[in-house]
Amino acid sequence: MNAYGTKAGKSLKKHWQLYLLVIPPVLYFVVFKYIPMFNVVLAFKDYNVIKGIWGSPWVGAKYFDLFFRNPAFPTLLKNTLFISLYELAVNFPVPILLALALNEVRSVRFKRTVQLITYAPYFISTVVMVSIIILFLDPNQGIVNQILQALGIPATNFLGSPHLFRSVYVFSDAWQTAGYSAVIYLAALAGIDPSLYEAAKVDGASRLQKIWNVDIPGILPTIVIILILNVGNVMALGFEKIYLLQNPLNISTSEIIATYVYKIGLLNANYSFATAVGLFNSVVNLILLVLVNAIARRISSNSLW
Amino acid sequence: MASRSLRIREPFGDRMLLGMIYVLLTLVLIATLYPLIFIVSSSFSSPAAVSGGHVWLWPVEPSLIGYRAVFHNGQILTGYANSLFYTVFGTMISIVLTTMIAYPLSRRTFFGRSGLMVFIVFTMLFSGGLIPTYLVVKAVGLIDTRWALLLPNAIWVWQVIIARTFFQTNIPDELAEASEIDGCSDIRFILQVVLPLSKPIMAVLALMYAVGQWNAYFDALIYLKTSHLYPLQLFLRSILIQNNASGTINAADAAQQLQLTGLMKYSLIVVSSLPVLVIYPFVQRYFVQGMLIGAVKG
Repeated sequence: MNAYGTKAGKSLKKHWQLYLLVIPPVLYFVVFKYIPMFNVVLAFKDYNVIKGIWGSPWVGAKYFDLFFRNPAFPTLLKNTLFISLYELAVNFPVPILLALALNEVRSVRFKRTVQLITYAPYFISTVVMVSIIILFLDPNQGIVNQILQALGIPATNFLGSPHLFRSVYVFSDAWQTAGYSAVIYLAALAGIDPSLYEAAKVDGASRLQKIWNVDIPGILPTIVIILILNVGNVMALGFEKIYLLQNPLNISTSEIIATYVYKIGLLNANYSFATAVGLFNSVVNLILLVLVNAIARRISSNSLW
Repeated sequence: MASRSLRIREPFGDRMLLGMIYVLLTLVLIATLYPLIFIVSSSFSSPAAVSGGHVWLWPVEPSLIGYRAVFHNGQILTGYANSLFYTVFGTMISIVLTTMIAYPLSRRTFFGRSGLMVFIVFTMLFSGGLIPTYLVVKAVGLIDTRWALLLPNAIWVWQVIIARTFFQTNIPDELAEASEIDGCSDIRFILQVVLPLSKPIMAVLALMYAVGQWNAYFDALIYLKTSHLYPLQLFLRSILIQNNASGTINAADAAQQLQLTGLMKYSLIVVSSLPVLVIYPFVQRYFVQGMLIGAVKG
């Protein structure tokens, strides 16, 4: 303790300016991140505006009970999981495939062009992205339906069909983020030891064998880390986009836990109930993250911590 | 990689695969590019051509009517000005705060840095959620003020990690120690040595924060009530998604009005996305660099 204490004291004395610098950012984290974490006690209380969070009476698990017994609960959970897993199944492998394909291209110019173009949609805002989707999928004037009709396929109201909602969400995401997400894999591919390729060449490996035996093992650590991060985001899925894509026709498949929290919490001012639902979401998310991390560590010795 | 003089004729299977890859990537390129071209072309067409579905690839009956409507819309101009304000000041605040914590975290001599790192990273894993955060912002008195868009999300943990990794690898501890012996204070060292050496990472931070700020709508949706504070994205939502075009456009009849609104949407998409899309090819190099730095597990 003593040696430790003097070490800290020495560092503090010598580098007091660094400690001073850290104060405002630390305050930021305390105020906007940690105090809200303590505010989740709201989930176990009956919130009363006048009494405030700490003065409001405790009600135990009342709101969790209310949520789990709510007829909407199974649907919300199903929608949230279904969209997330679909998203994971498509938008986790697509960037990897894109990166592997780009890595084979020898023409620098072609490679650059593809990268530059596929990267661009990432910078489009959610609001604009959703309005593009709505404009393109319009049942009467949308370009997608015009193309389909030109091919002899009847017009479809994509956003008005509950069973198509998930596909619209997932594939528009692929369009928007695949190029951006591929960058990290391309970086990992560029970092593979060139001697491995030489060895593969000497062994007479075909292109496909080289991808399978050198490229993929080479980027496996990156793949695992990204997979963990993605699974850790399963419950925290793109609220902003889903909320904007919702309409009365597709609500049966598009209502997820996050949009529900927003509606009952801020629009209906039911703070305690919304906090309980949000807390449920965060906890499930955290458990998933810890679980996947543990599995990854056991299987591949790659993990976040 | 392979030197050309040594190249042996590749086996048939390999050439097949390469051919397929080129075809596939070309398709990806078209699929990405076509919607973008379609939007730009529509925005330069006439109202009737857009609503009649005559635009396929290039502008039909070229006109600037859509853009004129956009620039005559008071809401959009207000939103544009507000978004510029939020982007400039929000980005500045974010960069300063991020550097203030990332640099000390990168120094070995900074006692307690691993504890502080855990303190920060934990906020990535667990959050209080929407309502508890909202109540804090309310308690601090930021609701319906410009600060509500500048402060509550000012620091992104991921950016701190990237910046810290950059400082760690690019500002050697020996350099800091040497200047310390010369009697240079930490803050002077940061201002005169660290920052000039950190242009690439500053560019990355600026781009990421600026794009994030320019594109954000959710914080504005929950924290702002007065429309003259609204950022562009919130007006876009009401015009593009909720179809509430304000009546500042003078069109002879309802049908014409409807056509014009349809056209204006395309012009509006172009106008609102332009600042970001124009800047990004120039900073792309730094951007990729930044992602690489972040990819090295810190």
